Amino acid sequence: MDIDLMITSFPKLLNATATTLKLLSLSLFFGLFIGLLFAILRLSKNVFLSYFAYFYSYIFRGTPLLVQIFIIYFGLGQIEYIRSSVLWVVLKEPYWCAIIAFALNTGAYTSEILRSAFQTIKPGFIEAGKSLGVPSKIIFYKIKLPIAIKQSLPAYGNEIILMLKGTSLASTVTLMDLTGVAKYIIATTFKPIEVFIVAGSIYLFMTFIIHNLIKFLEKRFGYE
Amino acid sequence: MNIIKNFSLGLLISLFLSITANADKIKIGTEGAYPPWNSKDASGALIGFEVDLAKELCAIMKHECTIVEQDWDGMIPALVMRKFDAIMAGMSITDERMKTINFSQGYADEVASLAVMKGSNLEGMDTPEGINLSLGGSDVKKALKTLTGALSGKTVCVQTATIHQNFLESGDVGKIDIRTYKTQDEVNLDLSAGRCDAALAAAVAFTDYADKSGDAVVLVGPTFSGGAFGNGVGVGIRKGGTDTIGKKDAKLLKDFNRAINTARKKGIISKLAVKWFGFDASM
Repeated sequence: MDIDLMITSFPKLLNATATTLKLLSLSLFFGLFIGLLFAILRLSKNVFLSYFAYFYSYIFRGTPLLVQIFIIYFGLGQIEYIRSSVLWVVLKEPYWCAIIAFALNTGAYTSEILRSAFQTIKPGFIEAGKSLGVPSKIIFYKIKLPIAIKQSLPAYGNEIILMLKGTSLASTVTLMDLTGVAKYIIATTFKPIEVFIVAGSIYLFMTFIIHNLIKFLEKRFGYE
Repeated sequence: MNIIKNFSLGLLISLFLSITANADKIKIGTEGAYPPWNSKDASGALIGFEVDLAKELCAIMKHECTIVEQDWDGMIPALVMRKFDAIMAGMSITDERMKTINFSQGYADEVASLAVMKGSNLEGMDTPEGINLSLGGSDVKKALKTLTGALSGKTVCVQTATIHQNFLESGDVGKIDIRTYKTQDEVNLDLSAGRCDAALAAAVAFTDYADKSGDAVVLVGPTFSGGAFGNGVGVGIRKGGTDTIGKKDAKLLKDFNRAINTARKKGIISKLAVKWFGFDASM
């Protein structure tokens, strides 16, 4: 065991953790909007919209994240039409390709989490609102959404942790995230065990923080 | 119960047989993704210069060999962890790698070159045809200066953990945006897609790709050798030790060196090099 290597690689890995956290937060931010949008579409009475949302979540939950990121990064880059379009400004950058893939992936899972949360809302709450003459928009914002968020917290916390680990795939498209830098150090020192122990501990610590944050929020929102 | 007993006894015997059969077999690790050095055909079988050469060397050494696949970035750790006994994967002999493993004498020369897409403004650089970094001198200095100017602010793509990456990071060609990839295939794809302004690898890796894909990839600037580019490609073998396996490793290194001598004298290496590279890259 090369303890010196573990100590010297720690600050480098910590630096790379910033990239990992940036990827995670941006993907979750976009993913939450995508998820909310598709959850609403899924519950819509319009069959076409509902099926479209179902199809989206079916595709992105049914294929590996690695395949999705490869299709977006290497696949779309092969198409001449896309290369000569405005889209290329964004798709040329590995950073944005990774965020698009992550956001679409977590969006699909989030839409399922929110959908089931919406469906657990007792009809009585909504009927009570309606009988008081509350407009349906207000019912959505003031009754449905808060209950849905509360109900989805444990599952969503799980999704955040899964996504954190998912960001390690960013290294496959040349990004120097925590895993990317760990692999880089290994490639020059040929010592995988030491470096992966340090990188793994950093991931574990981040998971610990996220886990406790969600637990705190669950208490705060009174999840039962 | 009897069936289970017989079955587990049979399992034990076959396990034992496979261990003893393994005693004289050697495993050679290769990447299978660096044509024409080593790659895979449509059926997934390993092919290439080094796959052919490995078979020839094993025949000379009278060893039974199996060739196994290993990702490039885990090649040296896998050797050290005894997943296989030797590396033949277009791996150049460098001082940095010699700290961890041993190398046989070189069996082939790898010449590195930059490549760009046709029409790039990096075409037509005024540099000598080839520079040897070990020799130094005013020619080399001038060429490196030209390269530094031309590559400034450009994105250059390389496979990870290669001599090519080491060279780009050495600062000899100034500060550039280096992007690293797991395989050479991915470097080629991103060069074609236009994400890389230039790429650095073995010259034959680019010419092979240009031939197969039909993409307009062209070599630019000088060819590189010496210095960070090492001293040819050799067989990587674990450093010997005093225990049984260590002694075996030391013997294997001697065997490979002798076999490479024989293969060279018989013209086997030259013949295979011409077959796979189109020119005699043996050394």
